[in-house]
Formats: sequence, structure tokens, C-alpha cells
Amino acid sequence: MKQQDFENRYQNVWQELEQQLEPVKKKGKGKNKPKPIQRKNQPDLYRQICHLLSLAKQRRYSRYLLDQLNQLAVTSHQNLYQYNRQHNFHILRFIILQFPQTLRKNATFVWIALALLFVPGFILWYLCYTTDDMIYSVMPVEQVRTMEAMYEPGTKALGRERGSDTDFVMFGHYIQNNIGLSFQTFASGILFGIGSIFFLVYNGLYIGAIFGHMTQIGYHDTFFPFVSGHGSFELTAIAFSGAAGLMLGNALIHPGQLSRVDALRETGKEAIIIMYGAALMLLIAAFIEAFWSSSSTVPNEVKYGVGAFLWLVVIVYCVFSGRGSQVGS
Amino acid sequence: MLDTIYRAETPESIELEAELAGPVVRVLAYTIDLCFRLVVLTVIGTVMQIFGNVGLGLMMIITFLMEWFYPVVFEVMRRGQTPGKSLMGITVVNIDLTPVSWSSSVVRNLLRVADFMPFFYMGGLISMSVSRHFQRFGDFAAGTLVIYKKDRDVKLTLPDVQAVPPPVALDLEEQQALINFTQRHRQLSQPRQEELAMVLENFGNKKSESRITYLRGIGNWLLGDR
Repeated sequence: MKQQDFENRYQNVWQELEQQLEPVKKKGKGKNKPKPIQRKNQPDLYRQICHLLSLAKQRRYSRYLLDQLNQLAVTSHQNLYQYNRQHNFHILRFIILQFPQTLRKNATFVWIALALLFVPGFILWYLCYTTDDMIYSVMPVEQVRTMEAMYEPGTKALGRERGSDTDFVMFGHYIQNNIGLSFQTFASGILFGIGSIFFLVYNGLYIGAIFGHMTQIGYHDTFFPFVSGHGSFELTAIAFSGAAGLMLGNALIHPGQLSRVDALRETGKEAIIIMYGAALMLLIAAFIEAFWSSSSTVPNEVKYGVGAFLWLVVIVYCVFSGRGSQVGS
Repeated sequence: MLDTIYRAETPESIELEAELAGPVVRVLAYTIDLCFRLVVLTVIGTVMQIFGNVGLGLMMIITFLMEWFYPVVFEVMRRGQTPGKSLMGITVVNIDLTPVSWSSSVVRNLLRVADFMPFFYMGGLISMSVSRHFQRFGDFAAGTLVIYKKDRDVKLTLPDVQAVPPPVALDLEEQQALINFTQRHRQLSQPRQEELAMVLENFGNKKSESRITYLRGIGNWLLGDR
């Protein structure tokens, strides 16, 4: 069959499909969404286009026709196979089932990440507590000064020198800083896990050093009430994002039966669930840190109590939430 | 084969084709987005100054969101195109050429950190330049590609020339060459067409008439015109 005969014969198929695709194409362009027209037979038309495309290819019709058919096929393929995540993503199901289940499924990485954060942390805590000037090998002198000034017994506002009207500023600051750090810890894991390991250990050392130093110089009555509230959410979330990064690194090192790229892609789907959860936890932590931890009117006993309670909540949540139910994927 | 055409097989067992977007056009799209973001942030920042400390806090949150989620929102809501990509005519798709989803868009954009290393997207550029489908690290992890979005609305018109049968039997490649020559009569410049027609100076026996018209006639005939 000559190309023109072919075109004349089947033109109506692609014209009809073109018409059907029109509104979808425009959807992204303006606010005035056109009325959704009947799209009942689109799969059918799509299949016909696929058939015509392979026929046209096999018969070596001209590039022009092939391009036109290919473009139609791509557009309707995108339409039919689009992924309507927004229709099956439920925030509650995510919090109760999906996130803790994914964490437990990848427990090995979570434990490694926790260890990478906490072991150096405790070591530096001990070292800075027992040795006077250990802190200066971790951070510069000026920074230590600012730290000390913040938690000096007698200052009214804890954490930062400020009145409560700046709470919101700090909320923004913690979000930007901590969630940014978490994303960084995760993303750098693609370098065979090295980046995640670096950020976990580095932060562990840094935080541990401050803890040790504060205890050593006797500021514990101002420092610990401040950090006790949000520590549970913040530290675990940082460890979780490190775990997600380690997963990426591991996919490259041990791809198993898949190719490295495929393994990376498959792992990425799971790691991103952990990252959603970690970001959520850091949001909670930022909220606590900005509006609760800094308050100087609440007695220390209450703050310790709440801090301990929140640790319990985080642990119980991660260990037990969604146990025994189907994976909510 | 070294080629910028990407082929994806669909469940209908046909191969869809798309043209991959290379590093240069992607860098340009990124630069446009960067400028756009800076302008928006400056405007919001100026407005927020009125609101004092609450404004400052909000500004930090907005900066954070713009830094990490600006591309995500556009890629998912606007069929794979941030404003910069849209201007450059490129779009993000999954490797099976389906539209990009929330999680793949989040993965590819969070991993910008890795692409940024060691300084200003050097890693991403190298990864893009050496990989087969111009993918940066984020693209590998998310399973995405950046392709050109073609405009479908180019209408084809054939030249209004009387169809003429070819003087000798032509093989498939020769037929295709003549058909393409005919169909592209609007895209090729007149001098170029003349130049191409010169190659076939002694083809056929009509010497008096215009070479181009004659070749177009054969093209029309091969396409099925009688």
C-alpha cells in the first residue's frame, strides 16, 4: 500500500485520537480547564495507533508520518499510563503503616546509621567531659564561646538569646537547617554510602562534643532541659536519613540480581519513603525546638519528663506501629 | 550506535521514540530557573520585611521550600516542565516515557546535592556527559530522563506538482530519499534544494524543466499520487 493510501485510509483514527488528547494537552497551559470529554475509547484508539505505527515502520513510510504517529503514541501512552499517586497516598496510612514498616524492613541500615551517629557521639561526650580542652579539637574557639554564652546559667531565653517573638524565626531557621542537613545526609549516600557515613559521624562528633563540654563546664541545668525535648525526633530522623542514604550506597555496592542502575532505582523508591518520614519528624522537632524547648518558664523537671516521654513515643512508634498489618504500599 | 534517540518498548510491544536533551540545553534551563527563583525570592523577601519577625521566619521556610521543592512541584503538576524547561522545550519523564510521579521527582531533585559535588554541578555534568542517556545521578536513582517535547502541530503539505513515474526502478533507499525531499519542500531552503537536485542532474531525461519540480513529481508519485 502506498503511503498516501495508507494515510487516507487511517487518517480518521489519528485525527480522532488527536481530538481526544487535545484537552489533556491544554490542561497544563491555563487555569480555565476545558470540559473533560468522553475518553471511553481512548485505550482502543491507542492500540490502533500502536498497530498503525508498527505497520508504518515495517513498510518504511516516510520519517514525517512516522514522527507524527510516534508523537501521538507517546502522548496517549503518557495519558494512559500516568501514575496517579495523589489518589492513593493517604497521610495517615503513611504515618501508621508505611513509614515504620519500611524502617523495620531495612532495620540493618537503620541500626548501622544509629550506631554511626551515636557511637562517635558518646565517645566525644565522654572525652570532652573528662578533658578540658578536647572541645577545641572539634570546633573553633569563637564557636565554643557563642555556645557557652547561649546556655550560660542566668540567661532568660535558652538556646538563642531572644524573646519569644522570635520563636517563629527560629522555627524557620530549624526547618531550613535541619531538614536541609537531612536531605544532604541522604543524597550524598549515592557516593557508595561514603557521604552519608561522613555526615552521620561528623554530626555525631559535633553534637557529642557540645554535650560533653556543657556537662564539663557545669551548664547542664540550662543545656539539657533545652535539648531534651526535641532530641528524640531530631537525632533519630537524622539517623534515618543516613540509613536511607546507606541504602542507596548499598544498592550500588551489592546490586544482587539486578544491574546497578536498576538496583539503585528500586532502592530509591523505598529510601524516599524513609525520607518523607524523616522530613516529617524533623518538622515536628523544629516545632518543639522553637516553641517548647526555648521556653524558660517551664520547670526543668517538666521538660525532662516531656523529653523522656517523647523518646518513648518515638521508640514505641518505630518498633510497634503497623506491626502485623499488610504493607501499605 | 551513538544516537540521541531513546527507544522505550511499551506493553503493546511497539517502540516509542524520544529525543534526549543534552547537558547544554539542560544547563540553560537550570539557569533560567535559577534566575526565576532569585527574582521570586527577592520579591517575596521585600514584601515579608513588612511583617517583621514572622515575615523573617516565613521567608526562611519559603526559601527552604523553593530550594528543594520548586522543581518537584512544577515537574509533577506541569507534566515534567519547570518554567526553564518549558522555555527550552524539554521535559522530564520516567524511563518508560510515562509522566514523572511525585516520588521519582522528589528523588531526582533531592539528589541534586550529589550532582552538585564537588562544586557547582560538576558531578552532574560529568555524569550527564558520560552516560548513554544524558542522565545525572538524580536521574539514575529516580529512573528519569529529560527529553525534547515536540510540537505536534506541524501540518504537512505536499507540493502541488503533477505526479510523474520515476524513469527507472528505484530501490527502497532511493525511494525514501525522494519522498523525504518532496515532503520537506517547505523546510529546506531553495538554494539547498537546488544543490540537492544538482546531484541528480542526469537522472531521467527531462532536461528542459526545473529539476526540483521534476523530483517533487516523482516524490508525489512514490507517495501514491497518480
